Amino acid sequence: MSSQAVSAPKSSRSRHIRLRCVLALAQKEGYQILRDPSSLVIAFVLPLVLLFLFGLGISLDPTSIPLGLVVETRSAVTDRLATSFRGSSYFELWEADDRAELEPLFISGRLKAVVILSQDYPRQRTMGSATVQVLVNGSEANTAELIVNYVENLLQKQMWYDAEARGQPVAASPILVEPRVWYNPNVDSRAAILPGSIAVIMTLIGTILTALVVAREWERGTMEALLASSISRAEFLLGKFLPYFGLGLSAMMLVAIVTVTLFGVPFRGSWLVLTGVSAVFLVVALGLGLFISTATANQFVATQVALIVGYLPSFILSGLVFEINSMPLSIRILTHLLPPRYFVSACRTSFLAGNVWEVILYDTSLLALFAVVLWILTIRKTRLTLE
Amino acid sequence: MIRFEQVTKRFPRADRAALHEVSVRILAGAITGVIGPDGAGKTTFLRLAAGLLVPDQGRITVLDHDTQRELAFRDHLAYMPQKFGLYTDLTVWENLLLYARLRGIPAAEGRASIDRLLTFTGLGPFRRRLAGKLSGGMKQKLGLACSMLIQPKVMLLDEPGVGVDPVSRRELWKIVQEQRDQGVGIVWSTPYLDEAEKCDYVLVLYEGKVVFFGPPAEFTARANNRTFLVEIPAEERRRLTREWLQKPTVVDTRIQGQRLRVVLRPEALVPGTPPEARDAAPAEIHHMAPTEARFEDAFIDALGGVPKDRVALVNRTASGENHHEEVVVAEGLVKRFGRFTAVDHVSFRVRRGEVFGLLGPNGAGKSTTFRMLCGLAAPTEGHATVAGVDLRKARAQARRFVGYMAQSFSLYGDLTVRQNLEFFGGVYGLRGARLSVAIRQMLDELELAPLANISAGLLPLGFKQRLALAVAILHRPAVVFLDEPTSGVDPLARREFWLRIDQLVEEGAVVIVTTHFMDEAEYCDRLALINRGKVIAMDSPDAIRNSIQSPQLPNPTLEDAFIAMLERANEATERDAAVTATGAERKGGPTT
Amino acid sequence: MLERIRRLVIKEFLAIFRNPASRMAVLVPPLLQLLIFSFGATLEVRNAGIGIFNEDLGVLGRELAARFQSVPVTFSRVVVCHSYADVRQVLNTQKVLAVVHIPQDFSQSLLAGQTAVVQVLLDGRQSNAAAVTQGYTSRIVRDFARTALASGAIARRPFAQSIPVTRVWYNENLHPLWSSMPALLGILTNLVALLVTGLSVARERELGTFDQLLVSPLRPGEILIGKAVPAFVVAYVEGGLMILAAVTFFGLPFRGSLLLLAGALFVFLLAIVGIGLWISAISSTQQQALLGVFTYMVPAVLLSGFATPVENIHPAIRWVANVDPLQYMVAVSRKVFLEDPTPDVIWPFVWPLLPIAAFTLITSAWFFRHRLD
Repeated sequence: MSSQAVSAPKSSRSRHIRLRCVLALAQKEGYQILRDPSSLVIAFVLPLVLLFLFGLGISLDPTSIPLGLVVETRSAVTDRLATSFRGSSYFELWEADDRAELEPLFISGRLKAVVILSQDYPRQRTMGSATVQVLVNGSEANTAELIVNYVENLLQKQMWYDAEARGQPVAASPILVEPRVWYNPNVDSRAAILPGSIAVIMTLIGTILTALVVAREWERGTMEALLASSISRAEFLLGKFLPYFGLGLSAMMLVAIVTVTLFGVPFRGSWLVLTGVSAVFLVVALGLGLFISTATANQFVATQVALIVGYLPSFILSGLVFEINSMPLSIRILTHLLPPRYFVSACRTSFLAGNVWEVILYDTSLLALFAVVLWILTIRKTRLTLE
Repeated sequence: MIRFEQVTKRFPRADRAALHEVSVRILAGAITGVIGPDGAGKTTFLRLAAGLLVPDQGRITVLDHDTQRELAFRDHLAYMPQKFGLYTDLTVWENLLLYARLRGIPAAEGRASIDRLLTFTGLGPFRRRLAGKLSGGMKQKLGLACSMLIQPKVMLLDEPGVGVDPVSRRELWKIVQEQRDQGVGIVWSTPYLDEAEKCDYVLVLYEGKVVFFGPPAEFTARANNRTFLVEIPAEERRRLTREWLQKPTVVDTRIQGQRLRVVLRPEALVPGTPPEARDAAPAEIHHMAPTEARFEDAFIDALGGVPKDRVALVNRTASGENHHEEVVVAEGLVKRFGRFTAVDHVSFRVRRGEVFGLLGPNGAGKSTTFRMLCGLAAPTEGHATVAGVDLRKARAQARRFVGYMAQSFSLYGDLTVRQNLEFFGGVYGLRGARLSVAIRQMLDELELAPLANISAGLLPLGFKQRLALAVAILHRPAVVFLDEPTSGVDPLARREFWLRIDQLVEEGAVVIVTTHFMDEAEYCDRLALINRGKVIAMDSPDAIRNSIQSPQLPNPTLEDAFIAMLERANEATERDAAVTATGAERKGGPTT
Repeated sequence: MLERIRRLVIKEFLAIFRNPASRMAVLVPPLLQLLIFSFGATLEVRNAGIGIFNEDLGVLGRELAARFQSVPVTFSRVVVCHSYADVRQVLNTQKVLAVVHIPQDFSQSLLAGQTAVVQVLLDGRQSNAAAVTQGYTSRIVRDFARTALASGAIARRPFAQSIPVTRVWYNENLHPLWSSMPALLGILTNLVALLVTGLSVARERELGTFDQLLVSPLRPGEILIGKAVPAFVVAYVEGGLMILAAVTFFGLPFRGSLLLLAGALFVFLLAIVGIGLWISAISSTQQQALLGVFTYMVPAVLLSGFATPVENIHPAIRWVANVDPLQYMVAVSRKVFLEDPTPDVIWPFVWPLLPIAAFTLITSAWFFRHRLD
């Protein structure tokens, strides 16, 4: 069968694309989109809902971490330290003068960490360096890591202020580390996650939008009629692609604008560039959907594949939240095969850093490569006979 | 015009070729019917001719173009696939415009062409309506119009008559006949044997092979002089159908109203055949009145007649402990979906041992009525009782009296035949020895025993139908509901199926059936014709036929009667009110 | 009644496991996802790039720079920058996460007994990595200072320090796998239970077999139970497999009581099966059911505490998280694996599952009955 399929007949006109045909198909698809509100909901409501979920639900910035502070012997030094703990927005402070009081809370998970200033602390301080015990709950490894960092910074800073207040030439350390965070001076994780989440959202939306459209033609039997009117593969796919491309791009812009206006994420790049990259990415995302749809020709399988490919991998493995560099090698290699990875990076750069051409061109060219490969596969898979 | 030379087409994972060494020459200016049951290769034939499939062997030329080399013939080809190829969420006008543009017809010319077709098909007033909201018949016409935007030389129509009410079907024929008269070559595939008689030529396919190709009269003539109508006592007819079929000289028997239609083997008649053969002919042969053969008679004959060994004769105890005389009662049933009334005050009563048929065009409300009777839908008004209980309210106990066979032979495809039976038997309260005895009996009777451990999804259609029946009657119900029970299965399987139903009925069960096969309606004791939610006639098949008998139509068929009654009913309503476009026939609604 | 339910349950199991495609879909993806995602879900900083911009010509500057090269696990690539333009370049292009800037007067200040300042420039596009990297670099610099002081390389002078002695409980080495795998146990059993229940009724509706069930003596409640039990069992058994895999192949500790986890998973899956039946009842096609599954899964996973702590959720949608059964399951699973929680510790995370399960099961039964018309 395959040997014959290769020598499948060529339509007299299949070589070039007839614009009229493409437009007719695109217009038809447009009517279908307008008449079936579900695609409009998928294109405009779903992205906003997802954006709000990412914006409000996902944050790596510890705010009001429940933290215990045990001061076994009170003194001016410990009071000052307690005051600065209280003043920190990172912590919600629980104070006690006996560690036995806070231990049950720590064990029950109510407190994520306990800082213990032992009986000896004030005395040690007068001598110079003093030890502070920090108990951290490690069941959320990253939170634990961050809490330790914050507590350390706070302790160091307090030492420095104390020294300065006394006018002593005593330094907390002979070397002072002065952190300067570029692009996101407040280290606000929302500003980092939201631009990246646009990529995840658009992967989902793009895939779902197109995953069904080819399968639907096969299932409803309209494919047969289209085939008999001898349209070419390119005409057919372009006619499918164009309307959803328009829809996807408007959804993308909507999400980007909401990110900037409602969530106050800065936008330092150029909108033109973002539009360009998004366009390339949409070619990939819609291409993926069309590919799934073409390859399965069955709406049920198509949705299932689209959801499996579209959500968890792009959420977990795109570098949106989790560190790609820290993953084991095999999984790092896997992430390179996920187009959202590149779009996450391009979006973040566009929003927070501006037009960094090295990043944007690199990401865009890889996306373009994906686009080419996916579309070649899709065109190959598009059958012009009913075999 | 179309030429097939030794064409074979095989699909992957199929046990036999979809088409096997088919050679035919189809002529221009004629209607060629491609006839055969589902799976005979009709659609494959049409798709091959349209160049949508590539043959494994052989050569196909259309208008002197080899379909494997060039597709230029498509500029002169109108092809209408089974599901019409319409976009249901586009309007009539938009559908036509889309196909005009895809065909590369210049805008002005396209518009003119669309206007012409809209007038021609009478769809003009509906141009702004969504295709999905059209009735089956109108969809069919629109599908036809879409394929005819270019002036075609060849038209390939895949089952255009299916799912369309007889009135629309007649209109469709009229359109096609006009095209033929202008010299267009038309290929019309159909599973309805009665449509064959209207074709100029027929290509009869069975299991991928050509059974016959030529004028239909020639085919029918093969059964001439061998077909008889026999007057028999009404209460004996079911038994006699079966008994006669067992005789070696009988090819086919079939109930036709109050009479029995019998086709005999040629040997049974020709003088000079061995005496044994003649003796074996039914003793009552001299009571027979010869009658004109029909296409179906010849078809069954061509397939070798109904196999004798399939005619099961099993004596079983009467089913159901229920002794209500009127087993099924429908009183003033009304079902509304929003503002649309799908069923409008339908009432009837069905007695023990009766086969009751619900007949009507798609969307007329027969399925909805049916669903209300078996408790799948709640009536908006009125009530339905089965064996004295309202199934909607009935506790699980009452449902045991009911067997149900759904349209699509709903079985669990991943379960084996035996597992399906075990599941349904168990659900109906059979267990232990009773269940295994019932299953063994059912497997033997329906000859499913060798297939007991095969997944139901892999069964051929005819066997699926048998299994679906087995599932429905395993628990000996007093009432059996059959929803389009034989759609798609071949005529032989259909015969067998009805023989089994006859047995059930003799045992006292009630059978309620919906159908759109006219010949299937013949098996019913009484029929209710439903149109636009109302019963327009309810009587025995003979009485319905006789009611329209006239000098012009001395021998009306059930279809003739049906059409006459539909037209009469429609005229009446049209007189009442200008037709606010047939919303009653919206497809995809809960009625279908 | 029991007999009918038994038949239905057997049938459901056969339908799931006799079909190769659905057998695969139920068994393989969850275990594969457990493998990939639990390794992928890490917030550690490893294999990162770091830039060193050393303007100091002294020995101390060089030594500090060398310190950063001696932690290959964290910083596998060290890029030496020669100018501010280089710094900008490597940060912009995401070649490094941070650049350590050692100023010209670094050695000089230290030798003169003054405080030297080291600048760390961080890429805020990856805010979490930036925060973590900042911690790492500070610690490296502090260690450097301490050893330099001890060895007498820099002038001794009045100096005071609070030395935090950190003790991490439960996940002593802060292994990210230990956090992610227990969470994925909840997420993936959830997904399986939801797919099996959510789609089964819709599939029967599409195939037409659902009508066949409805005309049979089965009551809606029996159908409901018949649909719920297999999904529940499949998800439960898979949960067990995941626990086994986590402990045997991935070396996770299991410090709590298995009985407790089994109990919590039981209630949790009841709640999920309820949600699945809910989706089943309201959707008439498999496609709608899939969209329903998805609509539930996305927020449930985002707000579960799997990726980011529940405490960080914005108060505006905190209530959504509070009714997310997955949130409680993730917490319970982490606690049972890593801690050894006493009943009073675990109770606050288990009891909310009870009303959620009761609610979803009861409403799904209600929906089920009413959708039958």
